Amino acid sequence: MQLPPALHSRLAGGPGAAEPLPVERDPAAGAPPFRFAARRVRFPREHEFFEDGDVLRHLYLQDVLTQVTEAPERPRVPEFTCQVAGCCQVFDSLEDYEHHYHTLHRNVCSFCRRAFPSVHLLDVHILEWHDSLFQILSERQDMYQCLVEGCAEKFKTSKDRKDHLVRCHLYPADFRFDKPKKSRGPATPGAAVRASAEAPGDDGEQSGGDAMEVCSEHAASLPEPVGERRTSGHRIPSTICFGQGASRGFKSTKKKKGHQ
Amino acid sequence: MWSGRQGRLRPVGCVVEELRCRRREREAALRKARREQQLISKRLLRDDASEEAEGGCVAMILGETEIQHFLRLAQQGTEEKERERALVSLRRGLQHPETQQTFIWLEGSMRTLVGLLTSNQALLQLEAARCLHELSHSEQSAVAEACLPATSYLLTYLSGHSSDFIELCLYTLGNLIVESEAVRRQLLPQGIVPALAACIQSPHLTVLEALGYALSQLLQVKEAPEMIIPSVLGSTLPEHILRLLQPGPKLNLGVAVEFAWCLHYIICSQVDNTLLISHGGLSTLGLLLLDMAGAVQRTEDTGLELLACPVLRCLSNLLTEAAMEVVGGQNQLEDERVVAALFILLQFFLQKQPSLLPEGLWLLNNLTANSPSFCTSLLSMDLIEPLLQLLPVSNVVSILVLTVLCNVAEKGPAYCQRLWPGPLLSCLIGTLASPDIEVVGQSLELLQLLFLYQPEAAKDFLQQSGLQVLERHQEEAQLQDRVHALQQTALHQ
Repeated sequence: MQLPPALHSRLAGGPGAAEPLPVERDPAAGAPPFRFAARRVRFPREHEFFEDGDVLRHLYLQDVLTQVTEAPERPRVPEFTCQVAGCCQVFDSLEDYEHHYHTLHRNVCSFCRRAFPSVHLLDVHILEWHDSLFQILSERQDMYQCLVEGCAEKFKTSKDRKDHLVRCHLYPADFRFDKPKKSRGPATPGAAVRASAEAPGDDGEQSGGDAMEVCSEHAASLPEPVGERRTSGHRIPSTICFGQGASRGFKSTKKKKGHQ
Repeated sequence: MWSGRQGRLRPVGCVVEELRCRRREREAALRKARREQQLISKRLLRDDASEEAEGGCVAMILGETEIQHFLRLAQQGTEEKERERALVSLRRGLQHPETQQTFIWLEGSMRTLVGLLTSNQALLQLEAARCLHELSHSEQSAVAEACLPATSYLLTYLSGHSSDFIELCLYTLGNLIVESEAVRRQLLPQGIVPALAACIQSPHLTVLEALGYALSQLLQVKEAPEMIIPSVLGSTLPEHILRLLQPGPKLNLGVAVEFAWCLHYIICSQVDNTLLISHGGLSTLGLLLLDMAGAVQRTEDTGLELLACPVLRCLSNLLTEAAMEVVGGQNQLEDERVVAALFILLQFFLQKQPSLLPEGLWLLNNLTANSPSFCTSLLSMDLIEPLLQLLPVSNVVSILVLTVLCNVAEKGPAYCQRLWPGPLLSCLIGTLASPDIEVVGQSLELLQLLFLYQPEAAKDFLQQSGLQVLERHQEEAQLQDRVHALQQTALHQ
């Protein structure tokens, strides 16, 4: 198909419409037995006109079509340690580090050191667990907001919210990011050590990793004795305690054996 | 730049012929599926670099005991590396349908996997997500549906920050979406549309491509026009989609392809295209067309047809909207560079992907049908001859070319004078000899217009033995009347 050379320079030129030649129709045009009428055509979703293009699309999705350039190999770098205070995780690839950082250090509650998958859930947590004003207000009005993005519903209690999540949004009843707050205090050095020092060997019970679970259960599984915990405290920024609870210590020895 | 993904059928060491053969088989299967309205494809995301690092040995089918063993290790192992390796072994086993089946029927297995997915152990999380991804890719409904307990978490993680992880979640969701209506009946109330609308603001190209894929899957399903597209149109998604299709240095081809298909599924469902026009959809797509033609000129056109196809469809369908009838309106497409760009793409299709020529010509029809300006452009830019060069390609292409020519001719004498004298008449005599009735029929229509507005053409026609060609069709029921009418006209000149 030979294209006129001027076409390419037209494309490079500025926008513009051609001054139309005069239109002059004869009523005999397209009159029976002829039938032509100029008209725009639209095709709906399932029309067979789209078959070839759709097949092309799906071949691409199945990756048969274009053998595109290889995905760059994940560059291995010399081992390095996570720079967050108290974390001694080691990495040899930036992608792994990125995921580690975002999972454990990015959306971390500065009061109780729990990590959350998103800013939104962190904000909700801080509001519901660490804001004393919230507690007061929630006695008078519906303050527990639905966790689903885009849903503006609010509820009187955490339980009501859970019922809503299950009923309207088909969430699992044991959704891990909606555990009710236990009555004990929110701040604990034990939690701080757990969240920021993911040393190997301390995570036998941590398979659930419930961000909102009471940390004393996990504190129980830490191999370090209480004394050592205090001396290692200098690596951990002081947590803000709202004075609701006494220090937790190894009160609970309840161990969770797996999540079967 | 394409974010290269190698699929399951990694053709390392394959002969070219084997590739072609496999492709033909897949193509046939896809055509059959489409005709049965069952066109489903899933994307498998595998990190081949890590596959090679693992020694590249063939993944074994795992039995119940082995699966349980790996799960227990992953959950309760003492060493982190050990736990990770256990999950990797499980993941590789899950590449086999047999392992997948065993896994889903094993009590508590999905629960454990979800537990690992939601743990705070970053690398375990990633591996668990990869296991889930393998399962989501299965062609067996039961396997994919077994992943349902994980969906609320997959959606939750979309508002996180780890781009690799989000990408994985998105591809997994995209696979699950097309599985069945049952899956979608859960995903929609769980808030998938708002979750995607929030996630589309991510700056990561890999995330965006994955999101486009997931969204395109969602928009492609049967119940989309009633159940899904209205809420998509009501969200901020349309603006972001159009933003990501803006041509310029930031345009990423892989991302654009996905969102162009999203736009196509929305537009051809005819839910509320006026909204898209009001968001500047027409001008964005028009500029994109120009951009693509530029890429062809610079021969940076690898895989461009994958983007061109949905863009052409979107433009063509949008042009049929009533909003377009407002002459001189803000959202009009009047720039004749669009026609120039289209022809550059047609030439590109002719060389690389002839099956897309009809779609390009469809756009040309919609551009020229009601537009004296575009018809004039065709003439002034000398595009009639190139158009005629497409006639031999196929019957469908011939009919479309003839239709476009009719669009030009029906505008009157000023237009027909530029169509003849010229190569048109001899081409028409050629198409009149076609065995295809529709091709002949469309040729007759064009002849009528030409004779009407340019009477001298009839004389020329006679001299080129046109009458004999006409005579061949005298007995054909669908053509008779028109043939006789033309014979009369020609003879009376």
